[in-house]
Amino acid sequence: MSNFKLLKAPFNMENPITVQVLGICSALAVTVQIKPAIVMALSVTVVTAFSNLIISALRNTIPGRIRIIVQLVVIAALVIIVDQLLKAYVYDVSKKLSVFVGLIITNCILMGRLEAFAMANKPWPSFVDGIGNGLGYGLILVIVAFIRELLGSGSFFGHRIIPQWLYDAGYMDNGLMILPPMALITIGTIIWLQRSKNRDLIEK
Amino acid sequence: MDSIFNLFVRSIFIDNMIFAYFLGMCSFLAVSKTVKTSVGLGIAVTFVLIITAPINWFVDTYLLKEGALKWLGPDYADVDLSYLSFIIFIAVIAAMVQLVEMVVEKVSPPLYNALGIFLPLIAVNCAILGVALFVQEREYTNVGEVMAYSFGSGLGWFLAIVGFAAIREKIKYSNIPAPLRGLGIAFITTGLMAIAFMSFMGIKI
Repeated sequence: MSNFKLLKAPFNMENPITVQVLGICSALAVTVQIKPAIVMALSVTVVTAFSNLIISALRNTIPGRIRIIVQLVVIAALVIIVDQLLKAYVYDVSKKLSVFVGLIITNCILMGRLEAFAMANKPWPSFVDGIGNGLGYGLILVIVAFIRELLGSGSFFGHRIIPQWLYDAGYMDNGLMILPPMALITIGTIIWLQRSKNRDLIEK
Repeated sequence: MDSIFNLFVRSIFIDNMIFAYFLGMCSFLAVSKTVKTSVGLGIAVTFVLIITAPINWFVDTYLLKEGALKWLGPDYADVDLSYLSFIIFIAVIAAMVQLVEMVVEKVSPPLYNALGIFLPLIAVNCAILGVALFVQEREYTNVGEVMAYSFGSGLGWFLAIVGFAAIREKIKYSNIPAPLRGLGIAFITTGLMAIAFMSFMGIKI
């Protein structure tokens, strides 16, 4: 597969969340607003890309039996760096993400891509694959966050965009969208839409 | 005592690992095809949680926190190693899972047969690391609270996956729109279960 294809595939046909079912764990809780979702998406992209790169460079020297531990150590070290950077530069977002930055370590996307791709491919394609998967994951995160922020608090990036006359006419923000269950239902609906567009993704 | 029991109930129903924080979703979706396997995984998660959460709490309180090394002498009183917590926590979890696997294999082969295949999966289950990080963030002050919280979270996870598996067994026979089959309906079902669990909100004992 060419590098461009590697970069593009995770956006639709091989999306990590909706098709590969990876990395849902820490994703949903950060989608109440767009800003934390973008920060989270970028953090995951950085960690996926560099852990893919490092593990792929080391793939011939890692003994098969202890590879999980080696992978975890590499991932954890990268996540610590990301966490420290977030704390230093965007402290408020870092507080909002709370434990979910740390949970990138156990994000299944990382282990999944390392096992499925980086262990069997050269460093450069692995790096590209990491970026693609991180961004594909980020895309879903941002879509969900957009829908939840718009319907839940009527705003976009913290700015109110639903005009006042709509509220005067009786429109109300849907408080349920901010609560956890709607993240699940929103993702379920996105999967539904995606699969009705691409019918070969349908499970039997 | 009152607050520990309250914490326990809260962590099962209100702060449920799956429905409120989405932790452990990957294995939740992957291993919930039948009730039997989900019971196995649920027990394994609870078991590992009760062991790892207090250990991580001890490590955090006596080694990593700012000023935690005071017991070594006054020179160490302002050492802050908390930036190491991610790597130490995950190492403790991976090591404990490995240890638990070996001990269970030696002591109780039937239990090993039931849990064996799930144990390696658990090292990368977000719920385990999540509980360790929540314990650190909420600054629980004694081991009783940590035990109650981790046991409650495990039990909550167990309830969630077993209930979901039971629903999923029934869903197999229903007529779902084709694009929604499988993953889509699984998400929506979980969402509806989460709404049901929201009715516990505000309970105080």
